[in-house]
Amino acid sequence: MTPPRTLFEKIWDEHAIEAPGEQTLLYIDLHLVHEVTSPQAFESLRLNGRGVRRPERTLATADHNVPTDPIATPVSDPISRRQLEALDENCQEFGITVFPRGHENQGIVHVIGPELGVTQPGMTIVCGDSHTSTHGAFGALAFGIGTSEVEHVLATQTLPQQKAKSMSVTLEGNVRPGVSAKDIALAIVSSLGTGGGAGHVIEYRGDAIRDLTMEGRMTVCNMSIEAGARAGLVAVDDTTIEYLRSRPSVPQGDEFETAAKRWRTFVSDDDAAFDAEVVLKAEDIVPSITWGTNPAQVVSLDGVVPSPEKITDPDERATTERALAYMGLTPGTPVREIPIDVVFIGSCTNSRIEDLRVAATLANGRHVADGVRALVVPGSHRVKRQAETEGLDQIFLDAGFEWREPGCSMCLGMNPDQLGSEKRCASTSNRNFEGRQGRGGRTHLVSPAVAAASAVMGRFASPEELS
Amino acid sequence: MKPVHVVEGRAVPLERSDVDTDQIIPSDWLKRVERTGFGRGLFSEWRDDPDFVLNRPDFVGASVLITGPRFGIGSSREHAVWALMDYGFEAVIAPSFGDIFVNNSSKQGLVIVVLDVTDVEELTALVKEDPTRLIVVDVDRQRVEVPEAGFQRHFDMEPLTRDRLMNGWDDISLTLLREAEISSFETTERAPNLEGIFDDAGHVL
Repeated sequence: MTPPRTLFEKIWDEHAIEAPGEQTLLYIDLHLVHEVTSPQAFESLRLNGRGVRRPERTLATADHNVPTDPIATPVSDPISRRQLEALDENCQEFGITVFPRGHENQGIVHVIGPELGVTQPGMTIVCGDSHTSTHGAFGALAFGIGTSEVEHVLATQTLPQQKAKSMSVTLEGNVRPGVSAKDIALAIVSSLGTGGGAGHVIEYRGDAIRDLTMEGRMTVCNMSIEAGARAGLVAVDDTTIEYLRSRPSVPQGDEFETAAKRWRTFVSDDDAAFDAEVVLKAEDIVPSITWGTNPAQVVSLDGVVPSPEKITDPDERATTERALAYMGLTPGTPVREIPIDVVFIGSCTNSRIEDLRVAATLANGRHVADGVRALVVPGSHRVKRQAETEGLDQIFLDAGFEWREPGCSMCLGMNPDQLGSEKRCASTSNRNFEGRQGRGGRTHLVSPAVAAASAVMGRFASPEELS
Repeated sequence: MKPVHVVEGRAVPLERSDVDTDQIIPSDWLKRVERTGFGRGLFSEWRDDPDFVLNRPDFVGASVLITGPRFGIGSSREHAVWALMDYGFEAVIAPSFGDIFVNNSSKQGLVIVVLDVTDVEELTALVKEDPTRLIVVDVDRQRVEVPEAGFQRHFDMEPLTRDRLMNGWDDISLTLLREAEISSFETTERAPNLEGIFDDAGHVL
């Protein structure tokens, strides 16, 4: 009998070509490509006279630097335009399917993979983007790579990899009403710290994870990298199978049932051992927000800005002081009294249809506060069309939100959607690093519900505060 | 990549923890399709400050960066490694690093050295005391030394990483030597690919 294995080990074993020494050559089932981390890889292939080994296992989309203006508006930044053109040319040259700006399937790479059904359980998936961990919600081993590794996968469809350690993060019990997947993700990152998951693949377990929709699981897996982990995983169950049913890239009818039967094997065996185990009580998780400049600096929406003098460790105190100075915050200020300038609802963390429904429900019949700019950036054209079918676009527009074209947008400020210096943003994205959304900008990570409520109130707020 | 045996030079102490790759090279620099010229963007949001350590004349021309825990966390952008190397850094010493950053560094020949926090602090103090001190990062012997101050520490490095650095091996060439194994593996039952799903224009068939 084979010893019990974790979900991670099962996928690893199925893709290990050989493990001679310290590194395993891992076969890659799906390689997702975007415009920012690929041009240098394609150029190097050309210089070395190499081709793309498996274009049919490669899929490309424009997302990071596309403007979110109406599609008819040309890309005004010549450097961005050149990079977008380079993606199209490279994909054309090497026979790779690509979704350029405005294409009906275009969107954020971690939104389109799942919605098209190309992300499937048990796969190995890589992309030159650290938030590739998102796809782990489907019980796929998915992780971010650098440009040299992008080139390696293009040329060989494999990656030499050191096997990571496994970690289980179990959420015991159930979350309280009003607690979202984003609050769960922030609680996990806060608990593990920015380096707590380093060297590990995390499997999220427990009732509070099982109760999440696929969108919620993607939000949690997405932020695995914020705790330093390369990948996050959730075992396959009925929720996974039902999400995949009728997606464009999955088999239909009896073939689907056959596939589903195999997908269901992608769960950890009962007695499988993890290298590290972390248990959190789901009922302790509350609606939260980041106050500082790394995603582990989290405080309850009911809390106050932390005070450095209460911190005994001198390094941590200095880090806190530095973060507070950058963020322009005074210790002891209640979070709900902090005014905001901008609201950003979007990114690979929270731009799916479910996120937009939550925000639209709160925006319905209300209006964005005076002086606040609020952007809604759907994760993909499919999400955008679905939202428009449901009338969500009109709700947002009536409430004073901007309804924009899909892309990564203000999550990382590569396109014209930038946060101004010293402007404060309630953002549904994943990173509150200094300057992440625009030079000098101040980012607070929140859930879509808190973002929408804050847009209406002009300060950080929860949905219950809306009259 | 070029083989690296020993890095010898002066060092810069960047006394910060959690320096993420957005700080190392802000996203504005990521629009470029070239692999060179990123040195000007290195830490660009901090370099406006004349007191920032890289701007101090004492530290101009240094080849070793000494910094705090969790250096290189966040985004997978290899541009961070290109920027450090284009600026002139050949080695980075810290108590811990982001995983993807370490991988990216190994592909480019940037030497990553993990030392205990106390050792990093001692090294930082030595460099601050006298910025002209010569730091030696010996990949072959896995040692960091400040000969003039008698500082000597061993560091761990995966044997394969060390071999690759010292020989300047190109991963892709090594993997392509195993073409037959990969082809044979591909004949076993694999997850479906995208054939028959999209037409030439990327629309679902």
